[in-house]
Amino acid sequence: MSGAVDTSAAELIEGPAVEPRPSAVRRFVNAWLVRRLFKAVLTVFIVTTGTFFLVRLLPGNPVDTYIQTQIAQTGISYEAAAAQAKNLFSLDPNEPLIAQYFHYMVNMLHGDFGNSLLSPGTTVASVIKTYLPWTLFSVGVATVFSFAIGIVAGMIMAYRRETWVDHLLTSIGSVLHAIPNYILAILIVVFLGVKLQVFDLTQARGSYTPGVTPSFSLSFLNDIFYHAMLPILAYALTTVGSWALVMKSSTVETLGEDYVTVARARGLTDSRIRSGYVGRNAVLPLFSQLAVSLGFVVGGSIFVEKIFGYQGIGFSLFNAVNGRDYAVLQGIFLVVTISVVAANLLADLLYSRMDPRIRVQGKG
Amino acid sequence: MTEATIPVTSIGTTGVSRFAGILRSMRRSPAGFIGFVIVALMVLITAIVPFVLPDVSPNVKEILLPAGSSGHLLGTDNEGKDVLIQMIGGGRTVIFVGFFAAAISTVLAIVLGSLAAYLGGWVDSVVVTLADVFLTVPQIVLLAVLGAFFKLDSPLLLALLVGGLSWPVLTRAVRAQVFSLKEREFVEAARLLDLGTARVVFVEILPNMASFILMNFMIGVTNAIYQLVGLYLLGLAPLTGSNWGIMLNRAWIAGAIFNDASLAWILSPIIAIVLLLVGLVMMTRSLEEILNPRLRDR
Repeated sequence: MSGAVDTSAAELIEGPAVEPRPSAVRRFVNAWLVRRLFKAVLTVFIVTTGTFFLVRLLPGNPVDTYIQTQIAQTGISYEAAAAQAKNLFSLDPNEPLIAQYFHYMVNMLHGDFGNSLLSPGTTVASVIKTYLPWTLFSVGVATVFSFAIGIVAGMIMAYRRETWVDHLLTSIGSVLHAIPNYILAILIVVFLGVKLQVFDLTQARGSYTPGVTPSFSLSFLNDIFYHAMLPILAYALTTVGSWALVMKSSTVETLGEDYVTVARARGLTDSRIRSGYVGRNAVLPLFSQLAVSLGFVVGGSIFVEKIFGYQGIGFSLFNAVNGRDYAVLQGIFLVVTISVVAANLLADLLYSRMDPRIRVQGKG
Repeated sequence: MTEATIPVTSIGTTGVSRFAGILRSMRRSPAGFIGFVIVALMVLITAIVPFVLPDVSPNVKEILLPAGSSGHLLGTDNEGKDVLIQMIGGGRTVIFVGFFAAAISTVLAIVLGSLAAYLGGWVDSVVVTLADVFLTVPQIVLLAVLGAFFKLDSPLLLALLVGGLSWPVLTRAVRAQVFSLKEREFVEAARLLDLGTARVVFVEILPNMASFILMNFMIGVTNAIYQLVGLYLLGLAPLTGSNWGIMLNRAWIAGAIFNDASLAWILSPIIAIVLLLVGLVMMTRSLEEILNPRLRDR
């Protein structure tokens, strides 16, 4: 925790002390960047430490359980079983906790997450490598779609405020925003899959058709889109409403700003004002929410992927939880967290580039 | 990240009259009023009706009856239990955990957020860092892991877990609000009178954020219900007793979607959950409009 105190102390000192001289501003920007990076690293460090101790707090220590089953099943000695466990978990139960923790951290730094318990011989890293890309793909495509549609819908709502278009879109947005993604997923399965038979559910399971070799061909692209279609639909539909509503209020607020009034007074064309003044400034605050929403959707993938049988990280996480595969669990947990931290960092950096005010005012 | 600045309305009125004012403005917005009625009715029904309902017990002679069967308006499930009765009685845990979890996280957020802003210094740094860490960890993943490993069969413990993980967003917002409020004259005056930190924060500052907190409380309820039902659906929360999430889980696993006769079985908890969540969101949105007059007046 001591690191956290230092950052804030730095913030407190640097914050008001900034003079509007160019060199000071530059120094401040650099300090902001360094601080932001430090915060990201600190978060990952705390989470890594947290998971290490969390796994050891959970009822039924996986290492002990493993050793006991090995002794019961194969009749080997405790030492031999402990040695096996050491290999599997990358930790030795007889080592002092601090030493275990140190080993764990060192292994993590080398990208070594240990081996899966459910499927011996498979490394956690390879499990993640197999499943994570599909989640990033489906969630990413869905986010781009819903963000784009939401922004357009939100601007329409704001410009046609209190008309039937606004009321209709607002109602649709509110309802979509309220429906959980897994409920929508079930409804898609029931109506599009079973009743109307628009999608062949058994065909669409998995992240691509078994036997097809991944390549950069059109047919493979077609195949992965076919399999990802339903998850994308579920994510996009459940998030587009909130984007539209947030964009609406942001646009309405921007429309009231003085510079828009001035732009009107200058006689600028409506389309110029809409894209150059209102749209640009209204979208800005949404970017910082993009990263947060990404974390939310990746977390929500455990529901959606399970329902569609889409084999992404959520699907493998569910299996790991159910099978008590601690090693995989720990690995996925960390990787998902790191992706969220990275997304946040990226969004902050992008945001600060687009909106210079944040560099001067914002403290993260 | 920038915190949204919410205009602080009419300083000086008491919390009670402010709440009455919120209700009054809510009635002015039709959507908000409809949402309020839906939620109030559902809370009342799930709180009272189960006492007068007959018990549902497994009945091997009446398995998977379709909706509209005599005596079973929505049919029966794969154990022969009446779906309608389960639907009416099934809101209890969901609503209770939702509200209780939101209450826990709201209280945590108020205490942590206002103390962080008011005291500043290392308290502020610790709270902000903790909130940032909890914000980045995907809650659902953490919940799934904890829920599955600790067999939390008491709704109270589940609410504690859900609420204990979801305080960071509101904490940051409360902190930002208190930061701006503590510079006001009346707070300055209270501080000069030496009224004590607790009194200044909770009696002088907090009432000014009442509607804002109420709105976030409702968002918290929605999120808690989302997480809870999801955990039940996947069987990651213990499947004891009966509620909408457990109904959904059992119907999904039994393949109710492929059978026309049992469609009502899986659709009835879905309708109940969606109705409750839509009601809550409608309420929240109209409150947001009240809080942000720019949204409705121009």
